Amino acid sequence: MKWSVGIAQFAPVLGSVERNLEKLEAYIDRAEREGLDLLVFPELALTGYTLKDLVPRVAQRLDSPIVRRLAEASRRLAIVCGFVEESEDYRFYNAAAYFAEGQVQHVHRKVYLPTYGMFEEYRYFAAGDRIRTFPTPFGRVGILICEDLWHPSTAYIAAQDGCELLIGLACSPARGVPEEGDLYSSQAWRTLNRMYAHFFSQYVIFANRVGFEDGIGFWGGSEVVSPEGTPVAVAPYYEETFLRAVISTAEVRRCRIISPFLRDERLDITLRELRRIEKERCRS
Amino acid sequence: MSQSTEKNPLLLNPEIVLPLLTGFIRDEVTKVGFSRVVVNLSGGIDSAVSTFLAARALGPENVCALLLPYKTSSPDSLADAQAVVQQLGIRSMTISITEQVDAYFAKFPEMDRLRRANKMARERMTILYDQSLAQNALPLGTSNKTELLLGYGTIHGDLASALNPIGDLYKTQVRQLGRILGVPASILHKPPSADLWPGQTDEQELGFTYEKVDLLLYYLVDKRYEEPELIEMGFDPAFIAEVSRRVQMSQYKRRLPLIAKVSTRTITSDFRYARDWGR
Repeated sequence: MKWSVGIAQFAPVLGSVERNLEKLEAYIDRAEREGLDLLVFPELALTGYTLKDLVPRVAQRLDSPIVRRLAEASRRLAIVCGFVEESEDYRFYNAAAYFAEGQVQHVHRKVYLPTYGMFEEYRYFAAGDRIRTFPTPFGRVGILICEDLWHPSTAYIAAQDGCELLIGLACSPARGVPEEGDLYSSQAWRTLNRMYAHFFSQYVIFANRVGFEDGIGFWGGSEVVSPEGTPVAVAPYYEETFLRAVISTAEVRRCRIISPFLRDERLDITLRELRRIEKERCRS
Repeated sequence: MSQSTEKNPLLLNPEIVLPLLTGFIRDEVTKVGFSRVVVNLSGGIDSAVSTFLAARALGPENVCALLLPYKTSSPDSLADAQAVVQQLGIRSMTISITEQVDAYFAKFPEMDRLRRANKMARERMTILYDQSLAQNALPLGTSNKTELLLGYGTIHGDLASALNPIGDLYKTQVRQLGRILGVPASILHKPPSADLWPGQTDEQELGFTYEKVDLLLYYLVDKRYEEPELIEMGFDPAFIAEVSRRVQMSQYKRRLPLIAKVSTRTITSDFRYARDWGR
């Protein structure tokens, strides 16, 4: 089966859920007009990134009217969107939801909250504690958010859980501009996206935002990478872009026949050795 | 130094950094409801590069350069600033600060060079901010990363601005961009000077060259090398100590004033919002 997917690489308004919802709905309308099956928005697309003390103010329960509106829109096409989720016990998560057929079908809560250098997410967010894939018409999907993907264990778990389409949402800041070469942040992401696609024989959709917040520029460069590890579509740096690509479950199958890495994976060895390492670390 | 034969790690890829900097100016100016900037144009490389970037980002019609000479300022500085104005086709105003500054100096004839220099820098700041209001334009900053880290600038004077496109670029990087942007050759090639007294040059006053200190700051600040590693790389221990001292001593210039904490939520510590809140 072939599916048309899209990425809305845009700049949210910092802290204004209402204005961002309008932007999201405009993209959803366009995606529907163009016949897309799946539309992916970046990390915290509903709120902007540098939220700090705004986190509780922009947070949404899964039954909030705004989440309901996005769910309703998913009767037209599947949607993945980053937002701040408030749990029943008043914890706030940097989260992403998969909306389809009028419902929230899956929520991923960011597990790894960067709190070093320019980042301070642990100060404001609670951390997620699970990595699960889930069935969709596009194959099994895994959703991970930004720093999650800088820990290859997350993508490994998703792959072992059957992932065929890995969706990564990001707010990646532009930094490091050597004379002969690409942005430091872009180089790292290109490596990750191609590696995860190629060695787990899956599609990768990487949705990064653009725009500036307090002088920090987000570089965009969203992309769709095939299970062979080659980019199918790449958005430009810095510019608001509606990126489209076609993905095919037959392509995943073909790649897994050529390179049966997943068939040959030894989960038992991985688990046994990790348990040993865990035990030895606890002892020291 | 051992790394002199290697590639200069400070050089930038202009195809990536120029759109980042012009995008920064366009985005941060327009989303707060402005379309224009004002900038104090001294005739030096830093303010020239800031002005070139702003003209690229906003269009020359949206940039106004303020040329603010004192009676002892070098005529070359004014001529170089005028060359930038002409080349870019931006608007400009030339306002002498001599009268307002001399009126104050007359009250304190004992003022030393540093006090006089600071006073001039702060008078220029008051004009920049007045023109900001008069022209409905944001004040554009012109301090580079080297000066900011060394504290080689006047707090509430030339360090003051609403947004600064070159504050994360070392002096040598500003020069590199200046060459690429087409800044007039006379500005690119003259020795850097705050022009605060006749014949002053930065490197003479600081006691080291920008090439040398930029490389040290890059390894010290950006790459977080420790002293033994820096010495091994060929940096002189006394030079490392002097630069480290300057960086530490000037931290106050890079921070808001301290506020005595009384309440449960204090603006400087636990009232945390981005400036671009709602933008």
